[in-house]
Amino acid sequence: MFRPRVIPVLLLRQGGLVKTVRFGRHAYVGDPINAVRIFNQLDADELVFLDIRASREKRLIPLDFVRDVGEEANMPFAVGGGIRTLEDIRRILSAGAEKVVLGTVAAQDPGFVAEAAEAFGSSTITVCIDVKKKLFGREQAWVLSGTRPTGLAPEEFARRAEARGAGEIIIQSMDRDGTMQGYDLDLVRRVADAVTIPVVALGGAGTAADLVRGHAEGHATAVAAGSLFVFQGPRRGVLINYPGRSEVAFE
Amino acid sequence: MSTLVIVDHGTGNLHSVEKAFRRVGADPVVTSDPARVAAAERLVLPGVGHFGQAMDNLKKHGLIEALDDSVLRRKVPVLGICLGMQLFARRSEEGDVAGLGWIDAQVVRFEVQDTLRYKVPHMGWNSVQQKKPGRLGAWLPAAPLFYFAHSYHLVCGDEGDVLLETTYACTFPSAVERGNILGVQFHPEKSHAAGEQLLRGFLAL
Repeated sequence: MFRPRVIPVLLLRQGGLVKTVRFGRHAYVGDPINAVRIFNQLDADELVFLDIRASREKRLIPLDFVRDVGEEANMPFAVGGGIRTLEDIRRILSAGAEKVVLGTVAAQDPGFVAEAAEAFGSSTITVCIDVKKKLFGREQAWVLSGTRPTGLAPEEFARRAEARGAGEIIIQSMDRDGTMQGYDLDLVRRVADAVTIPVVALGGAGTAADLVRGHAEGHATAVAAGSLFVFQGPRRGVLINYPGRSEVAFE
Repeated sequence: MSTLVIVDHGTGNLHSVEKAFRRVGADPVVTSDPARVAAAERLVLPGVGHFGQAMDNLKKHGLIEALDDSVLRRKVPVLGICLGMQLFARRSEEGDVAGLGWIDAQVVRFEVQDTLRYKVPHMGWNSVQQKKPGRLGAWLPAAPLFYFAHSYHLVCGDEGDVLLETTYACTFPSAVERGNILGVQFHPEKSHAAGEQLLRGFLAL
């Protein structure tokens, strides 16, 4: 039977791991390579690393870092942050990553998604869509770490990414980021139902039950989270953790 | 020490395959040199990406003859992984090109009716059903889950070649075994303990 992936999403800032709340309030949560070692021991399905400042600072996620993760990780991992050229992708893949995550560039240069899918295969190209709803404003996709609106509805962004050959979409609710209040299931479902490629839910998962709901009610093919896998308890003490297969009872 | 050669045909990252074999005690050589392939005592043909491009690359590196010689004439054990296994087939819809033709099979794209439920690529963990004992079959742990990432799958002309089957939108061969020719659609190198067990089995053949 098919079992959805459960994916820790780890945010990188100045060489350390951080966790955000609604894309702000960066809390330091530790050393990334140490986290990879713990996720190895816990048999995590897959990891995603995002350098959250890279696009705004017009630079690529450090390749030394990707190489260090590649040396350590026993599971597939995807890497995003500041990717702009095919050469960037080639270097990240040869450093050991299985997939790249395109965010800002997917909105600013949609043709690039097509070129990347053609050159490296669709299953290597993941597009991440960050979604925010402004008070009285409409829900739309944002880029550059949530600082610039695209004017595109998330479903539309997703359809365009699919049409250009993306193999997977991460749909991230900025409003739920770090809140651990559960996914925006309505958003996840609308995007998942709009495309025929896998959709990964991200933003808000606070319990194993939220992960199950992301798949059962949100129709996500895989479920991802940040806070859930780096914090423990009501005071949000830092503790890298990952549920065993029996703890996440997908239907 | 028998040489295990991981064939580098320029598509995708071989890092994780190499690392996984090291974890189970092998000392693989990663190369695109036909001479090394022709002298190998055990071969791994990995691969992600596009079928047509992979065949082009094999040709470009002059690897087809060396592979045919090792696998068909010298009967060296070969393990194809994901696209690497698909290359064993006669033909693929992906690029509509001929494969190595080592097994009687075609490669077709997933045809999905229920598109809300079954997304393509098939990406995630899935179970397998064993269809015959096989030599590799003895190395399978109980009720294993393996990691899949693919949009195309095999259709075997000879059901006797099918070692494992998996169901996702349809039931397809997730592993084949024909003499010294072994192939898995999933990624043992990313499938934790179950995958490592299978790689150990391949090394023991």
